[in-house]
Amino acid sequence: MSTTDVGNFRSLVAEREATAEPEAAAATAAANGPAWSNMKAPDARSQQSAAVAVTNGRRALKVFLSNPNALFGTGFLVFVILVALTAPILYPDDPLSMVGRPFLWPGQNSAYPLGTDSLGRDVLAGILHGSRISLFVGLMATALGLTFGVLVGSTAGYFGGWIDDLLVRLIEIFQTLPSFVLLVVLVAIAQPSATTVTLAIAVISWPTVARLTRAEFRAIREKDFVMAARSLGYGHARIIFREILPNALPPIIVTSSVMVATAILMESALSFMGLGDPNVVSWGSMIGTGRELVRTAWYLTALPGLAIVFTVLALNLIGDGLNDALNPRFSQDR
Amino acid sequence: MPALLRIARTLRRTLLQAIPTVLGIVILNFFLLQLAPGDAADVMAGEAGSATAESMAALRSRFGLDNPVLVQLGHYLNNLAHFSLGFSPRYGMPVADLIAQRLPGTLTLMALALTIAILLGVVLGSLMASFAGRIPDRLLSIFSLLFYSIPSFWIGLMLIVFFSVKLGWLPSGGAGTIGSRLTGVPAILDKARYMVLPATSLALFYVAIYARLTRASMLEVKNQDFVRTAYAKGLTPFGVTARHILRNALIPITTMAGMHIGGMLGGAVVVETVYSWPGLGRLAFEAVMGRDFTVLLGILLLSSLLVIIANAAVDIIHAWLDPRIGAR
Repeated sequence: MSTTDVGNFRSLVAEREATAEPEAAAATAAANGPAWSNMKAPDARSQQSAAVAVTNGRRALKVFLSNPNALFGTGFLVFVILVALTAPILYPDDPLSMVGRPFLWPGQNSAYPLGTDSLGRDVLAGILHGSRISLFVGLMATALGLTFGVLVGSTAGYFGGWIDDLLVRLIEIFQTLPSFVLLVVLVAIAQPSATTVTLAIAVISWPTVARLTRAEFRAIREKDFVMAARSLGYGHARIIFREILPNALPPIIVTSSVMVATAILMESALSFMGLGDPNVVSWGSMIGTGRELVRTAWYLTALPGLAIVFTVLALNLIGDGLNDALNPRFSQDR
Repeated sequence: MPALLRIARTLRRTLLQAIPTVLGIVILNFFLLQLAPGDAADVMAGEAGSATAESMAALRSRFGLDNPVLVQLGHYLNNLAHFSLGFSPRYGMPVADLIAQRLPGTLTLMALALTIAILLGVVLGSLMASFAGRIPDRLLSIFSLLFYSIPSFWIGLMLIVFFSVKLGWLPSGGAGTIGSRLTGVPAILDKARYMVLPATSLALFYVAIYARLTRASMLEVKNQDFVRTAYAKGLTPFGVTARHILRNALIPITTMAGMHIGGMLGGAVVVETVYSWPGLGRLAFEAVMGRDFTVLLGILLLSSLLVIIANAAVDIIHAWLDPRIGAR
């Protein structure tokens, strides 16, 4: 499973846009005519997008809220978060304890609506509790990877020169290593636990963010308002975090929702292979244990898998909605 | 500039760029190996069943494990320069041989998966672009997002349930009928039957990416002047789409395909464990289970090299396809 392919693709597009932007901005300044609404030539379109490049928060929110797919994604994600929060209340017992007769199919016994596994453990309790580790790992790994990636990317993009060369080399090394293989190696060396899995996923996901942030910073640092800030005598830290970063955020926000989705997929693949935290039930580990019985009791594999698919799909729908809302150039053709 | 010169230039530049990356990866690999719990002497003592402190020390000095870290790094680099990745006590053979044995299986699987992904992705993407904004486009785009959200190991298991258990059409695992003495075309067909399911489960994730990429780049090309000219010449819409739009939209797809080699290798680790396909991924899984870190890091190193080679190949293909690229 690859890390962040759509993320990569988006960062690629963003990078291309970012490099194109200074020229486009110059073109707008030269033309400075009315914004024609029916322009279709490609150069005219890039001009237009440069004119609206400053993202309007309220407009973006409106676009996002008028997108049914994104709303569905948000709704489902909220539902999963609620489930994760209330799982210990709904099923206070350990989901790894045996409660009933083994191999009850879904619907066979109303006490266990989704059936029981080969050891008589409640499948529904497992799925509800499994959402906790998936969301925890997904959100924490993304937060860590995002922080580190933004720090590295902004340093490289803002300062340029040899610092940039060095950091780009570092990013390249991490992007060349096949990420899932590296993930397996890291977790195997560090012994699997929720913390090590989270850290390892953060280690393999920061380079995408760093590349994206660097590209944005390189484009924005030449803008007039940054020069104004510099001439006012602001320090580097203030220019980076207060002036440039807020303007570089939209593509980073879009990437982050896809990052959570990939982190959840990676966590499930790891625990499927037996490299997850052995003390907590996770969707991946449920599939891993159900795997040997896939011929007779395939519901043990199918149900936790559906939980993964829908959660990840919800996050990807949100990512798409954010992309449409925050990236006006892309939404024009829809 | 003649095409050959252009390609040679690109090759030189790519190779120069790759050197620091390779060095960085090798050094990172070495330190990961140092971090791994237990060294070769521990592993051998474990395999032997018992060892005294003296014999452990003897083993360590024999393998140079008691040297300072930098000296060990020197040895490691020297070994690598002689194409030696170390020795696996578990399998009783050099890691390089072990990997060479498994590499072809993974490469064929990846090649088939990539072919399926690109073909299906380009077809879906062209459909989406032709119906941009209308119902088929919206439906297909949700579908492709769904493909993108399905874990490959899970869809692998579901395909086994459906096609092997319920329908009985395709085998559920392995790499060929055991004990069969087929040769020629029947042998290839037999192999293909075993490859269909793993390759499909590996490909589905990438179908989504290629479909969206094709759609985006076709929409971008669609608005350009030469397309309008082609329509004005009176070419059929299908002709314009296939020969003018699609062909120009393919360049970003080759870029992405190169970038996906690493991701596919990672995916192969999981899919091969599901289908017990004898490739690098299964080897990695077995190495993890046996805590055989020499093998694991050998795989990591070799797969990174594979990624570098793939990227260089993509660069060269680009320089050949697009004259503007080599000129820089």
